[in-house]
Amino acid sequence: MPVALTAGETEEFEAPGPADFELPPAFEILGFGVTKPMLIVVAATLLIGITFYIAARRAAVVPGKGQFFVEGVYGFIRNGMVPDTIGREGAKYVPYLFTLFVFIAVLNISGIIPFVQYPATSRIAIPLGLAVISWIIFNYVGIKRQGLGGYFKNMMFPPGVPKAIYPLLAPLEFLSTVIIRPVTLTLRLTFNMFAGHLVLLLTILGGEFLLLHTQGIVGFAAGSVSLLFSIVLTLFEGFIQLLQAYVFTLLSAIYIGGALTHEH
Amino acid sequence: MEGSLNMVGYGLAAIGPGVGIGLIFAAYISGVARQPEARSVLQGIAILGFALAEALAVIGIGLAFAL
Repeated sequence: MPVALTAGETEEFEAPGPADFELPPAFEILGFGVTKPMLIVVAATLLIGITFYIAARRAAVVPGKGQFFVEGVYGFIRNGMVPDTIGREGAKYVPYLFTLFVFIAVLNISGIIPFVQYPATSRIAIPLGLAVISWIIFNYVGIKRQGLGGYFKNMMFPPGVPKAIYPLLAPLEFLSTVIIRPVTLTLRLTFNMFAGHLVLLLTILGGEFLLLHTQGIVGFAAGSVSLLFSIVLTLFEGFIQLLQAYVFTLLSAIYIGGALTHEH
Repeated sequence: MEGSLNMVGYGLAAIGPGVGIGLIFAAYISGVARQPEARSVLQGIAILGFALAEALAVIGIGLAFAL
């Protein structure tokens, strides 16, 4: 649904919309179009892999700058998030959660890196794939720990609730754990990146339009303010992108921790 | 000026999560003000609550574009 805003006498401003995320393929391999988000995913994977390989290979007792940074991120997951959510058994899940956090963070941050400027996670397939992996892991862990019957019994019939509530509670708990969890994980990440990028597009394109394509002092002033504001918003968006990577990882860890314990 | 009623609906729908997120951080701030040493514990809980309340707003913007 295009929104047209009459700002000048001759030209019309085309507001950015979902169509701005549908990029044409950069090139084709055997009739299979390769798009910008795919290239970002490949580049991010290579970047993360090489960075951590180098940092881990030259591990020193007294860490240098690079090793200190990598170990800081690793320690943030290993010593901060995992003990708080999963507890003593959490060590097994640290590699997955750490990879998840770094991968999502890099893909999100690609939205504000100059010349890349496309959050790959705003395409729903990428968060969906990650959410499905998390979903499989926490269900597998729960079934392995509590047995198939025990897992669903503990999920749908938590102890300490009046018997009369169960007909209402059991379907709700089942729905919330099995269906709502992966859906909200996916949608939260996707649309946070989508909406954040859209706001940046709006302030930058709108500011450019007001500054260059309208006459008069009002358009000049409003365009300047809009462009200056877009710089602030870019920094804010960077914060949101790291926060969303943290939230996705934290929720995955909480779900795994919940599946490991009997009463939640 | 043209537009879509979906966006007006989304604006109205965002009031709920907005109030919710405000309440969550108000509680977090007053909790830290009363007991500054509990900050690290409260931070995780506050961000978790923020994420859950914000999911509503985020699903709303998805539906506003999709419907």
